[in-house]
Amino acid sequence: MTGDDRRPAAARAAGAARRPLHRRWWSPYLFLAPGLASVVLFGLWPFANTVVLSFTDARILTGGGFVGLDNYRRALGDPDFWTAAGNSVLYLLVVVPCLVLLPLALAVLVQARVPGIGFFRSAYYTPVIASAVVVGLVWQWVLRSDGLVNTVFLRLRIVSEPVPFLTDSTLLLVSAMLVTVWKGLGYYMVFYLAALGNVPASLHEAAALDGAGPVRRFVHVTVPQVKPMMLLVGTLSAVSALRVFTEVYILGGESGGPGGGARTLPFLIRQVGLGFAGETGYASAISLLLFLLTLAFSLLGRRLARGDEA
Amino acid sequence: MTRPRPRPRPAARRAAALAARYALLLAVLVLMTGPLAWQFLTSLRGRTENVYAGVLPSQPTLDNYVRVAESFPLLQYTANTLAVAALAVTSNAVFAAMGGYALSRAGWPGRRTVFTVLVATLMFPFESVMVSMFLTIRGMGLVDSLVGVWLPGAVSVLNILIMRSAFLAVPQEIEEAAVLDGAGEWTRFTRVFLPAAKGSLAVVCLTSFMGAWDDFLWPLLVLTDSEHYTLQLGLKTLAGATTTNDQRIIAAGAMAALLPMVLLFFALQRFFFKGVGEGAVKL
Repeated sequence: MTGDDRRPAAARAAGAARRPLHRRWWSPYLFLAPGLASVVLFGLWPFANTVVLSFTDARILTGGGFVGLDNYRRALGDPDFWTAAGNSVLYLLVVVPCLVLLPLALAVLVQARVPGIGFFRSAYYTPVIASAVVVGLVWQWVLRSDGLVNTVFLRLRIVSEPVPFLTDSTLLLVSAMLVTVWKGLGYYMVFYLAALGNVPASLHEAAALDGAGPVRRFVHVTVPQVKPMMLLVGTLSAVSALRVFTEVYILGGESGGPGGGARTLPFLIRQVGLGFAGETGYASAISLLLFLLTLAFSLLGRRLARGDEA
Repeated sequence: MTRPRPRPRPAARRAAALAARYALLLAVLVLMTGPLAWQFLTSLRGRTENVYAGVLPSQPTLDNYVRVAESFPLLQYTANTLAVAALAVTSNAVFAAMGGYALSRAGWPGRRTVFTVLVATLMFPFESVMVSMFLTIRGMGLVDSLVGVWLPGAVSVLNILIMRSAFLAVPQEIEEAAVLDGAGEWTRFTRVFLPAAKGSLAVVCLTSFMGAWDDFLWPLLVLTDSEHYTLQLGLKTLAGATTTNDQRIIAAGAMAALLPMVLLFFALQRFFFKGVGEGAVKL
């Protein structure tokens, strides 16, 4: 679905470039005008503005003066920043391996052509089509102190008091990770289904003739064949792990857990930057640090992918 | 019979493997749909029934859906969401198709540069520019308006790229034939290219609709007056309200927001899965 479609398209693009049609030079720009306007207004300009603001002490209601690197220095000495940055990176480190491996296992499970498999595939996809808010509410009702899990645990006497899944910062963060993974499983499963479809059956047959069981075939045939897709899924899920906001907000409430202990970077940016006392300058500096973190992880993913091709 | 009959073991083993696979499929099914089903069942429970009295409600009722519509302006929220979604679908379909068409055609100056700039903006996570984006929207006087919710997503770069790859697949011979017939650029776009990219256009419409329906963080920043709330923001109020500490009502609200999406999904499944694949052109 993905890797396969791109090459012919690129080949055709090369063909199109070979014999260009005569057209007025400005007509493509007319066609692109709305798209370009949007990119300038809501892509390039906010980014440039974020960079500029990050060197000022601007507030939400007043423009600020140039303060050099003060905001960055402040961030490095701000325990709230370190908590949020630590939470975001921890989130990524936990969620990415889960979302690289579990959806692959799921894809292998639903790849078999057995009766009713279409139903299972669709059912596994339903958490993806639910909005983050709905998913948050659904899991809140499972994890609350009077929720499903705690009620069952209490009745079976596994615990004597409700587990504070949503009221303890660490557990809240773990619960949010669980929700992110749960919601991502079906999404990345579809990526892997596409990749698995491109693994030649002859490889599996050859390995089977050599006496390799299903586990060894998975490790030695399937995994190397879908490795590029694993890197893509790793990069995509890393970038979205750094963007987590809604899960924590819905599960833990406006403050982001007790004392804000479960806040992620986007959470902190919103709290610092907006509202009546919003410090847009400082929030812009944190925003830029978040951007650099995201960039670092996407470049890492790209480098791994390139090293893989070589 | 000189040859021994095939031993029954492989067949039995295959049956056992199949049984194991179905057991695993069912176990995962419970994990993936159980929490949603639990919320759904809760939404059907009667006002006096204990929510933990058995798995199934003893007297299923739609009473909670009536109650949530009465105590919260759920219809108003839905109307607001649909307004944003209608704008988003229209603008994305039209502008992404136009932009993608231009990018897919060769032979104009600056094509590479424009393409590179568009792809580069995909690198900015929304969360890292949202404060500035809010200031831009405020500067335009669009805070607390549905237009302000819609405008930044009026045409997404990803959708332009999806349409571009769809148009790249249109053979140039067809375009040349249209030129020979005297068709101008706009006619070629609407009569030749658009019909050839219907599938991708459907994906663009669907993802724009879902994006508008599901978005939470940006409407949370832009909207202040609860009269303008979208459905997702309304759900947040519902969950946070102390007046309704009744999980049955919250569950009914969540289900009201989810069920239209589920219906859409089962009606248009192949476009959903196609959309996931095309989303991967991003990197």
